[in-house]
Amino acid sequence: MAAALKRPGWWRAGLGTLLGAAFGFALVVALRKASGLPAFQTEQTGYPQVIVPLITGPLGFLVGLGAFDYWFRWASGAPTIPEDHSNHGAYSWRDYFKFNTDHKVIGIQYIVTTFIFFFIGGAMAMVMRAELAQPGTQIVEPGTFNGLFSAHAAIMIFVFVIPVFAGIANYVLPLMIGAPDMAFPRLNALSFWMLPIAGLMFVGSFLCPGGAFDAGWTGYAPLSTGAPLGQSFFNLGVQFAGASSVATALNFLVTIITMRAPGMNFWRMPLLVWANMSTSLLVVAATPFIAGVQFMVLFDRALHTNFFQVLNGGDVLSYQHIFWFYSHPAVYIMMLPGFGIISEVISTHARKPIFGYRLMALALIGIVVLSYTVWAHHMFVSGMFAWLRVPMMITTLLIAVPTGIKIFSWLGTLFGSVLQLRSTAMLFALAFIVTFTMGGISGVMLGMVPIDIHVSDTYFIVAHIHFVLFGGSVFTIFAGIYHWFPKMTGRMYDEKLGRWHFWLTLIGMYGTFLPMHWIGMEGMPRRVADYSAQFGDWNLLISCFAFLLGAAQLIFLYNMIVSWRWGPLAGGNPWRAKTIEWLVSSPPPVFNFDEIPRVVGGPYEFGVPGARHAILGPSEAEVGRPEPAVAGTAGGRGP
Amino acid sequence: MTRATLARIIAAILVLTVVMAVPMTQIHWNGTEASTQAHDIDTLLNVMIILSCFVFSIVLVMLGYCVLKYRAKPGDESDGEPIHGNTKLEITWTVIPTVIVLFGAIYSWIVLGDIESQASDSLHIDVTAQQYEWTFNYPEQGGKVVSSKVLVVPVDRQLDLKLTALDVLHSFWVPEWRIKRDLVPKGPGGNDVDDTVVVTPDKVGTYNVVCTELCGFGHSTMRALVKVVPKPQFESWLRRQPLVKPTPGSPNSASTGTSGQDQSVDPSQSGSAPDNSSGSS
Repeated sequence: MAAALKRPGWWRAGLGTLLGAAFGFALVVALRKASGLPAFQTEQTGYPQVIVPLITGPLGFLVGLGAFDYWFRWASGAPTIPEDHSNHGAYSWRDYFKFNTDHKVIGIQYIVTTFIFFFIGGAMAMVMRAELAQPGTQIVEPGTFNGLFSAHAAIMIFVFVIPVFAGIANYVLPLMIGAPDMAFPRLNALSFWMLPIAGLMFVGSFLCPGGAFDAGWTGYAPLSTGAPLGQSFFNLGVQFAGASSVATALNFLVTIITMRAPGMNFWRMPLLVWANMSTSLLVVAATPFIAGVQFMVLFDRALHTNFFQVLNGGDVLSYQHIFWFYSHPAVYIMMLPGFGIISEVISTHARKPIFGYRLMALALIGIVVLSYTVWAHHMFVSGMFAWLRVPMMITTLLIAVPTGIKIFSWLGTLFGSVLQLRSTAMLFALAFIVTFTMGGISGVMLGMVPIDIHVSDTYFIVAHIHFVLFGGSVFTIFAGIYHWFPKMTGRMYDEKLGRWHFWLTLIGMYGTFLPMHWIGMEGMPRRVADYSAQFGDWNLLISCFAFLLGAAQLIFLYNMIVSWRWGPLAGGNPWRAKTIEWLVSSPPPVFNFDEIPRVVGGPYEFGVPGARHAILGPSEAEVGRPEPAVAGTAGGRGP
Repeated sequence: MTRATLARIIAAILVLTVVMAVPMTQIHWNGTEASTQAHDIDTLLNVMIILSCFVFSIVLVMLGYCVLKYRAKPGDESDGEPIHGNTKLEITWTVIPTVIVLFGAIYSWIVLGDIESQASDSLHIDVTAQQYEWTFNYPEQGGKVVSSKVLVVPVDRQLDLKLTALDVLHSFWVPEWRIKRDLVPKGPGGNDVDDTVVVTPDKVGTYNVVCTELCGFGHSTMRALVKVVPKPQFESWLRRQPLVKPTPGSPNSASTGTSGQDQSVDPSQSGSAPDNSSGSS
């Protein structure tokens, strides 16, 4: 027992959590006693005896799990433990529950964890749709309803869409650029382990006195600064999710810039790599803004600072400016990796080079630059400085141009192709093109100030964001999961179940979110538990489709679990793709490559006689030989 | 692709555009139009619907064409044509969307100027929001106001609404007017907030003010009635209302919640708002 508490692992993590929380709690109580204050503060926004342990407890958890062991030893000058790679790679399902530095293990940890939160957030959406099926209040109180949609959005954004892309890229990207791992494997593992902490805080806020945070995922001040304790859980959860995002983004940037295989210049990088580089550029510069603004709210709540307290000279609109300066780039953080996935999927399953590859890469960079200049389009009716609306409208509309380039280039790629429609990944990719175009069109309309004045904060917005985030991001996530499932698990999923999942998701998605445009334009505001009876029929229909959409995801869950365990073996390259990750076995060997591959051409040279992207092994003659002996050890097996 | 195929594709795009755009422009998506601003905004919306149908048709027709024409037969493991791009085409689909969105931007800018142009004879009303109710104050002589829980306004006269929130953010929206603006709480120094919005109701009727900024558990029921009445009816209604002192200390001389309740709000007032159907004056 004592030995188990000394070794990094779950026992020590549990102890660390307890010690961390106890330390934070004792610190608050002692300081308050010393200042002559009552030990506990239970005002609505206060609760320092809860907030401080909420920071120190998770830090204790990370220390206990072993996230800092190597760095602490190194920093203190103690002899570091020689790297024996005992924390690297998965040899049994238990290795997925450890602090593991293998990017492939971390990728799967990310994906599984984020999908657990996807189902939790989805279940919240089901409860909301049940409540909204009829006008009036039937199932949940309005206050609980506000908590549900706030937590639904926070979970889906911060612990599903953003990190699941990081998970997919974590698995695929080092393989794609011919690197043995990410640049900073320990930082990579730390990034992952901060994520469940954030997710548990969002979910755990439902246990707080006063309920979950209920000021929306946007948490506008001053509603958030005066909200009950649950809001602090949101403020702190965002810190952990944000720190995780920033660390991962730095890791990606360094990996992409310094660890590409010889011969892979920028114009030979697959578009997924370009996409994740662009995303990381957004994350490292924008995410500190949301971290900052959530701290400002927390300080207003707990330390009586006055950032957003108007009676003491604060300014509530500045919250929105800082918040959207992150949260608009965040929209692209949630979309650009998906663009990358779609490029890989379409090129591979259409058997065609990407049409206009360089313009595709430049369009990504164009979106990165423009996305920093559009944030105030979320504030056209906020009462901000009126002049700002027109320049922000122009930049907002201009961002449709690089996005349009991507749509048209994908269509150009399909032209003259040999379209493999039987793969579920390709179905999701094609549906993504149509759905995202619709979401983009409603986005252009929203970008126009006069139209936005009418529809902002209505169901039109709900429809728009779900077209771009569900029909956009989530479709690309499904495409990516289906595309790389054979690579990650070594097994094939059931295409028939995949098609059922696809068609039911598509029908459910359109049935749920298309009518929301109409009821929004007709006058139904968003974020309401109750609504005028005139919208009753539409809402009942929407709820029915929403339940279909929810049920369809269970097919996906079943397909993934069963195929992971019992699916037929996939082989190294079931899609006959060109990029490097398909040149190794499925799942790949623990250290990816026996020898670093050499890159000799572009990534999508389909149909070019004799062209290849990369060569494994020392000589041309050896290409295509069976994988080296280390391959195939239980690399990707897991729970 | 032959010239004939290209012609067929372009024809299909145009036909699909018309098939989608004609019914879509016939529907009054935004519901009743009850202000001069509503007409401008709905016209802009219709123009954008037509352009959007065109862009969406291009995507649908191209995708449909590729899926029908290039679908692989089972077992076909060949590769497609190695086309890497076409500079002319890429320039085209960069330039055309740029032109479309810049047209949209300029058109929107013009509409924005129109719907926000100030008339000289506009009627000034102070709108105050708090969790979860609306108060409308009509300034009168001697620093006194008429205070009402129902927004009663004359038809065909521009309203100049000054918006204030007393606690958290709220948002003023009358869907039939197409006008929306957040109400922002301000400190004693008064923050630099654009807090006036103009609208010219041009249709007699009863509508709702809907709060569209999440403001707490009562957000979904935070509504107020709007009655747009002919001018003589409005004036006689205004004359019948008692004059009250705006509560001191609150921003913009608006009545505040509980402290203002006793002196400014007559509970019978909402009942005394004119009924449009009766038409009495």
